[in-house]
Amino acid sequence: MSWLTEFPELSRRDLMGLRKTLDGAYRDFSREYGDTIEAFFDPLLSFLIWFEKLLIATPWWLMIAILMLITHLAARSLKLTIGVGIALFMVGYLGMWEDTMSTLSIITVCTIIAIIVGVPIGILMARSGRTQAIVTPILDIMQTMPAFVYLIPVVMLLGIGKIPGLIAVVIYAIPPVIRLTNLGIRLVDKEVLEAADAYGASPWQRLINVQLPLAMPNIMAGINQTIMMSLAMVVIASMIGVAGLGQPVLKSITNQYFTLGLLNGGAIVVLAIIFDRVSQAWAHRSQQHMGDNRS
Amino acid sequence: MTQPLISIQGLYKLFGPNPKKHMPLVHDGKNKDEILAETAHTLGLKDINLDIYPGEIFVIMGLSGSGKSTLIRHFNRLIDPTEGNVIVEGEDIMHYDEKRLREFRRKKMSMVFQRFGLLPHYTVLDNVAYGLKNQKVPKAEREEKAKKWLEDVGLAGYEKQYPAQLSGGQQQRVGLARALCTDADILLMDEAFSALDPLIRSEMQDQLIHLQERLHKTIVFITHDLDEALRIGDRIAILRDGELIQLGKPAEILLHPADDYVEKFVRDVNRARALTVETVMQPAVCRISSDNIDEALAQMKQQNADYAFYVEGERYKGLLAMEQLAAASAPESIQELLEESCQAVSPDSPLEEVIPQTLNHSGPLPVVNQQGDLTGQLPRDVLMEVLTGHPTEDQKA
Repeated sequence: MSWLTEFPELSRRDLMGLRKTLDGAYRDFSREYGDTIEAFFDPLLSFLIWFEKLLIATPWWLMIAILMLITHLAARSLKLTIGVGIALFMVGYLGMWEDTMSTLSIITVCTIIAIIVGVPIGILMARSGRTQAIVTPILDIMQTMPAFVYLIPVVMLLGIGKIPGLIAVVIYAIPPVIRLTNLGIRLVDKEVLEAADAYGASPWQRLINVQLPLAMPNIMAGINQTIMMSLAMVVIASMIGVAGLGQPVLKSITNQYFTLGLLNGGAIVVLAIIFDRVSQAWAHRSQQHMGDNRS
Repeated sequence: MTQPLISIQGLYKLFGPNPKKHMPLVHDGKNKDEILAETAHTLGLKDINLDIYPGEIFVIMGLSGSGKSTLIRHFNRLIDPTEGNVIVEGEDIMHYDEKRLREFRRKKMSMVFQRFGLLPHYTVLDNVAYGLKNQKVPKAEREEKAKKWLEDVGLAGYEKQYPAQLSGGQQQRVGLARALCTDADILLMDEAFSALDPLIRSEMQDQLIHLQERLHKTIVFITHDLDEALRIGDRIAILRDGELIQLGKPAEILLHPADDYVEKFVRDVNRARALTVETVMQPAVCRISSDNIDEALAQMKQQNADYAFYVEGERYKGLLAMEQLAAASAPESIQELLEESCQAVSPDSPLEEVIPQTLNHSGPLPVVNQQGDLTGQLPRDVLMEVLTGHPTEDQKA
């Protein structure tokens, strides 16, 4: 009775066969459709390249001024605005300006894509319990599956470069915005929704005028988390050729350059803090008047 | 008789995953607890039949869990019934599709909610204009209208505030203005004043009555407070465990409660304040129009009355007491014998206002309307019986 002492595992040959079959099938699939899929992402790639070039080509002082202006408009806080200016200047002063701009561009694009894709998915989840039951485990898998594992098929399909990096980052970073959009809409006061129905709101009017605005604090928290996670993913994405602050970090790991790693890591932190503070301050300000009525 | 504006016919609501399947049990007459135990379904409403007429304030009253909030949500189909029909202006709204139903909710019925249901991210003005916004009325037009209604509920100057900045009473005024702003004929008010403190509540009740005098809407008002129901209702329906127990005018419910449940409600009501003279007065039988004392005396004896009302046509002239007449000598005119201490009371006065008068005078009080016509009499013992809830000794005669 060998199965009592030994695990009844699949024989080595069968396992090999299984892997070969799956890998072969996927390889065939990527050979067949790789070009088509690449072509599908071409507009996105050209936009990404254009945006990155734009950020790098903009004079550094103008760029800092624009970022400070955005901070000011969002947060209306002098302290924060000046802090952002100083932090960006230091990043540039320490020789990381171009990498920072590359990272800024990819993070911006990733966030936009995550919102465009994630918010509607979150809305669909909120509308039906069944959709939620299907999507939730998928999100769990996306968040727990090691990033390297889903980098493999993406690279097999699209090769090394910006687009696979972008897809990897979005897959990793999109769950919070989906989850919190769903949660936010589900938490909207039932009586307010009844009022919307009683006054003859169409489903679209109800979504745009009532559900989304009232879910906004949660959605903003989700977007904030998404940004943070995509910044964290930048280093891993640099392994498949995404330019930016991740590259020098990767280089310093392989070569044990501690200071280089620390500086570039610091620049990522600076970006993270700017994104976080600005988005939170904006969210807070836009929700101010809602006050205690949400209790 | 006018046509009912809203007619609820044979309405049943069973809550649960598969209500249709268990409806036969309901029709077999099983009660709420039995149905819950057998099927895990909750019986929300059972065979509700109501007619509501244009221009009346119709109050639906019951304790929490009696199904009153469920019932009002059937009027605009926020909840769909398991069985039964809701007919508004002769049309069965159960047959409406989504689009038609939306149109109906926009134009025909508006609703005021217990916890206000205002949009916290909209200004007060935008909240009032919300119904019109759903109807895609141009911005300038709807804001102008909203402004007018805000003024009507006494909130001019608050346009740019947000609901969270307002007190509860003010927020509910916004809710009321929002409901009025769509010009819907029918107003559904779901415990609209229950969340407010007592002073503000009675202020809002006054405001509602006042607005109603001008607007003549048809109002369906839900409450768990009988005093409120008596105060504003033209007719009251009492629900218990999803069943309609009694339906009638406030005085009918106070004076003739249908069962113990209603009686318990009614017991704590201040009848002297809730009832008017008109609801308890009796017909004035002994009317005397002759100037001749002997004739008058004969008439009173025949009707076995100690007091009589001296009238000219329908017009009330004064009260005559048997004692006075009997003691009078012939030449005196009957006019000089009228009881001067006795003042007539108005049919609209609450009973508490006329109590002092009954103390000064042992005979029945004449009830005289605004035109000066005699409409009835209010004997002291009847008043006592109504106020105490027990028949007095001499009443039995």
